[in-house]
Amino acid sequence: MSPKFKKSILVCNGSSCLQASKVNLIAEFQAKLKEYNLDNEIQVVQSVCFNKCTLGPNIIIQPENVEYSTVTKEDIDDIIIIHLLNNKIVERLVYNQVYENSGSTKKQYRIALRNCGFINPEVIDDYIEKDGYAALAKCLTEFTPQEVTQQIIKSGLRGRGGGGFPTGVKWDITSKSVADQKYVVCNADEGDPGAFMDRSVLEGDPHSIIEAMAICGYCIGADKGIVYIRAEYPLAIKRLKIALDQAKEYGLLGEKLFGTNFNFEIDIKYGAGAFVCGEETALIHSMEGLRGEPTLKPPFPSVSGYLEKPTNVNNVETFANIPAIINKGADWFASIGTEKSKGTKVFALAGKINNVGLIEVPMGTTLREVIYDIGGGIRDGKKFKAVQTGGPSGGCLTEKHLDLPIDFDSLSAAGSMMGSGGMIVMDEDDCMVSMARFYLEFTVEESCGKCAPCRIGNKRLHEMLTKLCDDKGTLEDLDLLRNLSNVVKDTSLCGLGQTSPNPILSTMQNFYDEYHAHVVDHKCPSGQCKSFMRYYISEQNCIGCVVCARNCPVNAISGEKKQLHVIDQEICIKCGICMDKCKFDAITLN
Amino acid sequence: MDTINITIDNKNFQVPKGSSILDAAKSVGINIPTLCYMHLHDLNTTHKPTGCRICVVEVEGRKNLVPACATECLPGMVIKNQTVRVLNSRKTVLELILSDHPADCLTCPKNGDCDLQSMAQKMGIRHLHYQGEQSTYIKDRSPAIKRDMDKCIGCRRCLTMCNEVQTVGALSAINRGFMSVMAPPFQMNLEDSVCTYCGQCVAVCPTAALTEIDHTAKVIRLLADPTKTVVVQTAPAVRAALGEEFGYAPGTLVTGKMTAALKDLGFDYVFDTDFAADLTIMEEGTELLDRLTRHLNGDPTVKLPLLTSCCPGWVNFFEHQFPDMKDIPSTARSPQQMFGAIAKTYFAEKINVKREDMIVVSVMPCLAKKYECNRDEFKTDGNPDVDYVLSTRELARLIKQASIDFDSLDPAEFDHPMGESSGASVIFGTTGGVIEAAVRTAYEVFTKKKLHKVDFEQLRGMEWIRESTVDFDGTPIKIGIAHGLGNARKLLQDIRDGKSHYHAIEIMACPGGCIGGGGQPLHHGDSNILLARQKALYSEDKSKVIRKSHENPSIIKLYDEFLGKPMSVKAHHLLHTHYFDKSNHVEITKE
Repeated sequence: MSPKFKKSILVCNGSSCLQASKVNLIAEFQAKLKEYNLDNEIQVVQSVCFNKCTLGPNIIIQPENVEYSTVTKEDIDDIIIIHLLNNKIVERLVYNQVYENSGSTKKQYRIALRNCGFINPEVIDDYIEKDGYAALAKCLTEFTPQEVTQQIIKSGLRGRGGGGFPTGVKWDITSKSVADQKYVVCNADEGDPGAFMDRSVLEGDPHSIIEAMAICGYCIGADKGIVYIRAEYPLAIKRLKIALDQAKEYGLLGEKLFGTNFNFEIDIKYGAGAFVCGEETALIHSMEGLRGEPTLKPPFPSVSGYLEKPTNVNNVETFANIPAIINKGADWFASIGTEKSKGTKVFALAGKINNVGLIEVPMGTTLREVIYDIGGGIRDGKKFKAVQTGGPSGGCLTEKHLDLPIDFDSLSAAGSMMGSGGMIVMDEDDCMVSMARFYLEFTVEESCGKCAPCRIGNKRLHEMLTKLCDDKGTLEDLDLLRNLSNVVKDTSLCGLGQTSPNPILSTMQNFYDEYHAHVVDHKCPSGQCKSFMRYYISEQNCIGCVVCARNCPVNAISGEKKQLHVIDQEICIKCGICMDKCKFDAITLN
Repeated sequence: MDTINITIDNKNFQVPKGSSILDAAKSVGINIPTLCYMHLHDLNTTHKPTGCRICVVEVEGRKNLVPACATECLPGMVIKNQTVRVLNSRKTVLELILSDHPADCLTCPKNGDCDLQSMAQKMGIRHLHYQGEQSTYIKDRSPAIKRDMDKCIGCRRCLTMCNEVQTVGALSAINRGFMSVMAPPFQMNLEDSVCTYCGQCVAVCPTAALTEIDHTAKVIRLLADPTKTVVVQTAPAVRAALGEEFGYAPGTLVTGKMTAALKDLGFDYVFDTDFAADLTIMEEGTELLDRLTRHLNGDPTVKLPLLTSCCPGWVNFFEHQFPDMKDIPSTARSPQQMFGAIAKTYFAEKINVKREDMIVVSVMPCLAKKYECNRDEFKTDGNPDVDYVLSTRELARLIKQASIDFDSLDPAEFDHPMGESSGASVIFGTTGGVIEAAVRTAYEVFTKKKLHKVDFEQLRGMEWIRESTVDFDGTPIKIGIAHGLGNARKLLQDIRDGKSHYHAIEIMACPGGCIGGGGQPLHHGDSNILLARQKALYSEDKSKVIRKSHENPSIIKLYDEFLGKPMSVKAHHLLHTHYFDKSNHVEITKE
């Protein structure tokens, strides 16, 4: 907190909280503070997700870290009078007396998100107060680039964008490429649906990325950095720009940093929101003004990347770890996590779970801890069924995987992947076939169309899944589905197609009985697929009032007055209007 | 050469270091199937977007299959080309491609000449296990090229030709995923784009996504019309390639059989574009000498270098992309248009046929000619000098449709007077040929001396850009040659930047010149075919008694009887043209 202010009100800027608040809470708070003449003592900060999305809008008051949920415009007076002026808790709104000790946070460990929500991202002094730019200073003045790279290698940090490639090794390779110009690229093209880890870091702690990119530039011998960020992240862009200006003003970017001969500057390039542009070669083509499409590797960007110069591409979250590693040491970082996956991982927890939102946990935390201890268990007391990790091209894990320690290798071995950190929890009501179809719909939409298996194969996979959900599948389709999934995975050009069939393969692996039920028993076990529903009119209850027939939008119901009515199943679209309209409980759903 | 050891299907091989798996396998007799891959060796053009995934192989230690075309062999690499995994993947991917392709092979213009069809045959596809929605697009007809993108398989060869070889930039991938397609920007029609109709996209398209506009039906109807006198001209490059459509080896000259076939088809007069090529040399050569003489006399207003203008694709190119330089190319019309202009005036008068009753058909290796004959400046009262243009491929189809047994045809001679030609005109069909023909004539006119050695070897070859200095009896004449529009662009850029030191430059739009034209029998990626055609043209030149355009007796007679002298008023009217600025004609309007 900037010393200027006594207290901070952190208002969550996550999409759930934003949607939940009918008004602009930040503006309302600021207006009220002005009314009470407190605006010089208390600042309002637009903050990042507190992992309580279902209870939003959420706020935290610092320095005491009291967390309030479901805050409306009407509550502002109480918060100011009771809490800010009289130092008491507003009991009806409080979620946690002290945020950091709450049940959902005690298993968490924040490295990448260390500053998010705790500093004002638009004030560089806040960051500097939290050891900001100390790591850069240390690197430039105390270590050679090789020594810094060795520290990163030693820390065991692996790429957080999905690939899991050792970051230090990547830097080392790029540093060894000989060229007149090299580039550091920050991949902020976060494309997984529902994921907002990178956005939160950029919105909450932009300076950590700038600092890390400069350290990377020092290590690989680049004086130019580029942040490739999706244009749909206006706040992140705004804060990044502010941060860049401030860093320049403070001499932390530009020429002769910390009195050394190292120069570094950072530009921003905007992406148009294509999922495939998260793939590094596609990202580079997009930056060059070309169509966002991948090309075969090798050559890797570390040899020939942006404008055919050696380029080191790292994800936002990866960079966010760097200053912490330098400040606290590689050994400290390596002490966290599992044998081959060190440090922490940020996940966007979503789905049928009580506490949804962003979490950061040490590698090796089990899925059970994430879902039950941090996530607060399944919503409405339902039964856990599966968890999809790794975004739309990850895999579905089940009950038997709950005690799996989460790391790069264990998830891959279980048929899923770390991805960039999407985690969607499903309960007993979710149909695994239609879930797979949902993800394929996304990849069909996001395929760039360059290679045939991804362009046509994903389309066919989606069509086959639709066929299954529409009660038109056969057993042979299941074999074809599996074969095609394997071929698409095996032959596609880039990571998108190489992983897009994962939701199918993992659900076929773990929930084959559901697929079987769709084609053999003609049933959707979870009752989610509409095509399997059958509305019937019971002989006993129907009095022949014709109300159902009159209201049926597709004229699927026939019958004379005062006679039993019948639904033609071929015509019926399963809208359920007949059931709503029948006053005699004569319509049943099978 | 450094070699490395690799294993393919459990056999050890030594292959050149740095070679791709595909090339390495080929060098030891293993043919890995490819679809999108294209390698035009002699033209230094390789296309390997790794998009079709047909050439995938297993490499030990790699998680996924890798494309053989673009994966470099590493020492000790263990490659598997024949596993169930590989074969099943290839077949499944091919089935996917076929599932998004209309199954109308029987009526398709590329039936029997389609890479996708042959691949399906080779892989023994009998049933498509995966079927579903097909991507469909609006069909696009330009004056020369038809786009039926329902048949596009996304190999992107057209993009390499249009953007990298030709640097025209008319086509690129648009849309995403299943609906991604190769199209002009904003899905505008080809006609509204910067397309030059060079037809190189058509020449490499593996399917019928890109084909020529077919005029055979129209020509058949006119041949059957007794009120019309139908005259045909055949371009030099046609005779060196037509035979391929009838099973002859590339480079077989079928001039006599072609002439006989045309007569059998019912053309009233079978003439030779070579005649008009000699005429072109008279006009263009005179223009060159005129500019040269003025330049040597110190006239600062004279524009040099003179650029040849017989290639309509090239004319379209500079009209679109270098309109500021449209006064540099020669004003001489192309041989096709000179022929049409003379046929419908001089010859029509001679045989007493009214202009509107005479139909001039061209057989060309070129698709841009289809557009050229339609240009307004080549029409008199709306009646075009050349009515229809058939490509070499269309002529072959016409001959096949007429059940003419090409093999058993006795060679026939061209008709007179417009069938007579010199060796100089034959080589118009290859890169370097036009300028060599021009030099043969210009030398004698300029120096007033007899040229003893007519073969200018230094102007020949397949190098993209060539240059040579020819000694005009003490005056060094600097000559540049470029084929492929991308190379033309480089020379034009130099001229624009004032860095060019040439007196004359020959430019042909297509790689190899007309022998590699967009209307020629498909080379299917084998650039040796172009070399064979080139060789054939030089051998025909060598076999001619007359090898200089100005010695062609029919040309001498034409000037005596009709035109007067080169660049006379009449010659200007009939044989010269002017160019337009087309740079701004692409407009984007809101619908």
